[in-house]
Amino acid sequence: MIRVTRSAIIDAPIERVWAVLRDFNSHTAWHPVVAGSAIENDEPSDQVGCVRNFTLKDGNHIREQLLALSDSDYVSTYCILDATLPMQRYVATVQLKRVTDGDRTFWHWQSTFDTPRGREQEFADLVGKGVYEGGFEGLRAFLRRRPGAPPVGNAVRPAGGETMTTQGMVASRFGGPDVLDARPLEARAPGPGEVRIRHGAIGVNYIDVYVRKGEYRLIEPPAPIGMEAAGVVLDVGDGVAHLLPGDRVAYACAPPGAYVGVRTLPANQVVVLPDEVDEETAAALMLKGMTAEYLLHRTHRLRSGETVLVHAAAGGVGLLLCQWAKALGARVIGTVSTDAKARAARAAGCDAVIVGRDYRFAASVHDATSGRGADVIYDGLGQAAARENLDALAMCGHWVCYGQASGPVDRLAVDSLHQKSATFSSPVLFHYTADRAMLSEIAQRTFEALRQGTIRLDVQHRYPLAAAAQAHRDLESRTTIGPLILLP
Amino acid sequence: MIKVYASSVIDAPADSVWARIRDFNGLPAWTPFVAESRIEGGQPSDKIGCVRNFRLKDGGMIREQLLTLSDYDYQCSYSILESPMGVDNYVATLKLTPVTDGNRTFAEWWAEFDCAPDREGQLSRDIGQGVFQAAFDSLKTLVRR
Repeated sequence: MIRVTRSAIIDAPIERVWAVLRDFNSHTAWHPVVAGSAIENDEPSDQVGCVRNFTLKDGNHIREQLLALSDSDYVSTYCILDATLPMQRYVATVQLKRVTDGDRTFWHWQSTFDTPRGREQEFADLVGKGVYEGGFEGLRAFLRRRPGAPPVGNAVRPAGGETMTTQGMVASRFGGPDVLDARPLEARAPGPGEVRIRHGAIGVNYIDVYVRKGEYRLIEPPAPIGMEAAGVVLDVGDGVAHLLPGDRVAYACAPPGAYVGVRTLPANQVVVLPDEVDEETAAALMLKGMTAEYLLHRTHRLRSGETVLVHAAAGGVGLLLCQWAKALGARVIGTVSTDAKARAARAAGCDAVIVGRDYRFAASVHDATSGRGADVIYDGLGQAAARENLDALAMCGHWVCYGQASGPVDRLAVDSLHQKSATFSSPVLFHYTADRAMLSEIAQRTFEALRQGTIRLDVQHRYPLAAAAQAHRDLESRTTIGPLILLP
Repeated sequence: MIKVYASSVIDAPADSVWARIRDFNGLPAWTPFVAESRIEGGQPSDKIGCVRNFRLKDGGMIREQLLTLSDYDYQCSYSILESPMGVDNYVATLKLTPVTDGNRTFAEWWAEFDCAPDREGQLSRDIGQGVFQAAFDSLKTLVRR
């Protein structure tokens, strides 16, 4: 039998270290050799008996079962059920102890197992150095990235917290901007699968206008509106594996309710922010950036050389679509309503810009493409532009209608598509992000595009949360350029 | 029953820290508060059951009995037989664990005892800080090479 023991001092309070290690599925977030991991059968990751099924970066595959977990002794014991490595009877124990001198943590990690004769040293090193020592360094790096506030008192997961009161902007009924009222609201303690977030910034989107007007029946007034925000995790409910108190996070999802100071919502829609993305940028980016990501990579897989028509090219989504489409090698034509917006659209990479408020653009598109038309149209305008969009489309073109600023496209004759072998899509972001793995993929590619400078966000329009009505008036007046955010 | 716990990290291998502290009669050599010590009856200081009789620098006399000594676990337990501290059923354990990362030592020292309820806070501080942590601090200085 081989026995492997490693130990280290972690420069963080034991509550902070344990909050990470007690989660049997957290190793995917901090261990450098773990490529991906999931708890089988959707069981909570702190349920004794649960099985984590994970892949190592070298391609090996392991299933491990949690045998014991003690919040009072800070001990976790687990065994290997199956592995593609020749290891038998592997049982390991992680034990933490408090270093009272300096409020640090002693971490003891030990295992016993058998392996084929002659390979003992190889596997002792693999476990001791690769897994345990690598894990110490990985957790240290993880805690540096996510220093997070330690939970209050001795509670490891303070899910039993109190209901908090917060200010919110509520649609008192369906109607114009003036129906938005400031009201005190409650943010209850997170239940299973939920997280409570203190918002640092909230994004304003055209969908908020549709919701406020009742064109999208996503709320029953009186209710707060708003689809996206960024902030800091206050506490998490049971079974939430990917978030910790203190994490900087953001989300863009239904149902509405983001125009509030503190919000409790399902954790599976919340992603952790990279260090370089601040909360204001995130609040402005999540819905619009992830929309641009799926429109350009999923609804239509944009290829280099294609001609793209982007409506409202100086709008929140429009500017991102232009920048990203250009970077993907497309030829970009934008439509805007004013000369000032035309300048913004050109700066975002538009090769040609069509200025007008009358939804007449097809002739200009044909002029700009030698009569060929656009291969793909990203349309947030809806009904008023429908006929022109069909005219502006190239043969076998793709009309992607993701918004309806002028009203929904209520009638589309199928034979109008037939005339050009055209495709019509009516995508919704929230369908693409409903699955957590897909959400994570979309969010990561969006953050990466921001990091590389493929897309840029210039947040120029900031309003106090209480001035949400003014933000809506400005957005609907079509005078703003780029994203609007609210600050609680 | 009250429990007092203190722990620290000593920047030396566990073997060498243990060599300094395993002598049950060696408190004057590594703690800052013991003036002199002897083992009663001339017994060896690593004989289980032996009693150390020592005088604190502040004058107090204490008698403690060795209950456990493990060179394998780097662990030592003892009970107080007589002291001016006003504690009953006092049993303490000092334990070292190697920290493989950096070849250092994790040192733990804890005690369980009974006392008058109004003295719990003061005694906990006196023992946790005044004895255990003070001894760790002294040990950290001693091993500094």
